Amino acid sequence: MSRKTIGIVLVALALLALPLVLTQVGTAWVRIANLAILFIFLSLGLNIVVGMAGLLDFGYVAFYAVGAYTWALLASPHFNLHLPFWAILPIGALFACVAGALLGAPTLRLRGDYLAIVTLGFGEIVRIFMNNLSAPFNVTNGPKGITRIDGLAVGGLDFRATDRFLGIDFTGPAKYYYVLLLLLLFVIAVNLRLQNSRIGRAWVAIREDEIAAKAAGIDTRNVKLLAFAMGASFGGIAGGMFAAMQGFVSPESFVLHESIMILAMVVLGGMGNVWGVIAGALLLSFVPEFLRYTVEPAQKMLFGRLLVEPEVLRMLVFGAALVLTMRFRPAGLWPESWHKREMREGEAA
Amino acid sequence: MDILLQQIINGLTTGSVYAIVALGYTMVYGVIQLINFAHGEVVMIGAMVAFTVIMALAGAGLPLPPFAIVLAGVLAAIPVCMALGYLLERLAYRPLRHAPRLAPLITAIGMSIVLQHLALLIWGRDPRAFPQIMENTSFAIGGTGGAAISSVQIAIILLSLALMAGLTWFVYRTRFGIAIRATAEDVRVAALMGVDADRMIAATFVIGAALAAVAGVMVGTYYGIAHYTMGFTLGLKAFSAAVLGGIGNLAGAMLGGLLLGLVEALGTGYISEITDLCRWPLIGDGGGLLTERCAADGHVVLFGSNYQDVFAFLVLILVLVFRPSGLLGERVSERA
Repeated sequence: MSRKTIGIVLVALALLALPLVLTQVGTAWVRIANLAILFIFLSLGLNIVVGMAGLLDFGYVAFYAVGAYTWALLASPHFNLHLPFWAILPIGALFACVAGALLGAPTLRLRGDYLAIVTLGFGEIVRIFMNNLSAPFNVTNGPKGITRIDGLAVGGLDFRATDRFLGIDFTGPAKYYYVLLLLLLFVIAVNLRLQNSRIGRAWVAIREDEIAAKAAGIDTRNVKLLAFAMGASFGGIAGGMFAAMQGFVSPESFVLHESIMILAMVVLGGMGNVWGVIAGALLLSFVPEFLRYTVEPAQKMLFGRLLVEPEVLRMLVFGAALVLTMRFRPAGLWPESWHKREMREGEAA
Repeated sequence: MDILLQQIINGLTTGSVYAIVALGYTMVYGVIQLINFAHGEVVMIGAMVAFTVIMALAGAGLPLPPFAIVLAGVLAAIPVCMALGYLLERLAYRPLRHAPRLAPLITAIGMSIVLQHLALLIWGRDPRAFPQIMENTSFAIGGTGGAAISSVQIAIILLSLALMAGLTWFVYRTRFGIAIRATAEDVRVAALMGVDADRMIAATFVIGAALAAVAGVMVGTYYGIAHYTMGFTLGLKAFSAAVLGGIGNLAGAMLGGLLLGLVEALGTGYISEITDLCRWPLIGDGGGLLTERCAADGHVVLFGSNYQDVFAFLVLILVLVFRPSGLLGERVSERA
């Protein structure tokens, strides 16, 4: 076996064992890991739009919200609907995809920063609707959100309860972990395959120079729309999983701050580079949790009392990190190797 | 009460504030073609600083007239915001002037997060009630059944007009203003003509920030409240106003601000009436689907005034779709 294969096997084993180890530390950590995977999933979805096609989307969380509310409405006592997951997840993805196309169609001729602001406005509109669509007809239940959402259930396997396989207890969150991991592998595969595909190259061409791409025969409008719709569908799937996992959704989970967070993951890690984006998402998911657990004791030890709330400090660090990263590594921490490779190919020829 | 007239007055008031904030966006955009995403936070900081000064002076029990106290608040907020504007330009924009367009946008978001949470740290999480020391007398317009305009509203509208006139004079009639316009036209050529382009770019940030400080005090006095998150939505709306008027164009920002204020006020004033399903034929009236509910409640309002914030974004999207260069803007060709 080559070293690469051994490496992959070791990583796979570590990933498989992770929830069991974390369960020993505390189920809360399994949940944190699950959310981290969900965020990697989301940032890879956004990577298609922002990283590959270069379309700055500040309202990505709107699609996440569409997916989450689709699941919430189709599988909860709110409308007394309890559809199975294999029906809801595609419907959620489809709704998100349609929302993406609806937003994309009229706005794709806009230049980068204008597009950013329009998508931002769109995200806010979706949030305002979620907040207010409780009267006169109660669709979203307003700011209170929707509770008692069905979890994921495949056949007889309920993902809420603890099951015993091979003498090991698998808690609910641990089982979700494996599902999310599977989904993550899928989205990674899609991202990697797209990178070298005709479409992926078309996206990069548009990102680098739209006029030249058009001149080269790329139907820029449709290709951009495809990026938008595809990114949105991934957001929808992630939203559905989020609703199933939490059992509760409310507009509060889908504020602009989340969009910015996901975008920051993509940009910080290195737009367009799948591994960079994953690293960025991991970094931004775990560092805040780490700060949450260390900031308070550290301050108490140093100053004897809590000077700055952990949440506030976390955001200050986050904001400063964004500024500094852009200042010193404008292409992200691990930028894609596209340019480098192009250079080398040029030399060989 | 005459709703139309009243909403026009309210709309002109908020519209003047939007216009003043929009000028800040549009000036910066005109010179370096970047959206100063943190501009809204400068407005918020302005409001907060003024709030602190006004509170301190009002609490000190000095025999000062209320007008002087508010003026002191404004005069304290302006230099703080100007310094902040300069800092923003130096930290978030100047180092990245030749980076990809995305980079400064991200740094600006970073700065805006930092500013928001610094404000949270200093002034706390709860909304601060702006001290109502100005005597807010209402004047009736149009006799009984007419509308009312308050002295604060009059002050805001007049002050905004004065600021707009002052800025226009400054940009079009002074040497400094001409230098700024030359930089906006072409940075390199302006530099060749002896204009210190870096200084001019910084100047647009500083001037915009000074206007933002005044706008912050206006918002604070008008709504009677200041909060560390107030800058975000306000900034977004003002940006929409700038785009509506044609970004990069001073007159456009003023027009866009006033128009957006009017659209928002009228929309908020009438939307519940328009979307009251009971007034619609076939649905509400006689034999419709909702006859019973209409008979019981009288109204079935689809969208109420809680959708206020949607209007600005809708206007923004519609403008960008149908007239991307705005009402007064020239057609901008794509930068190669």
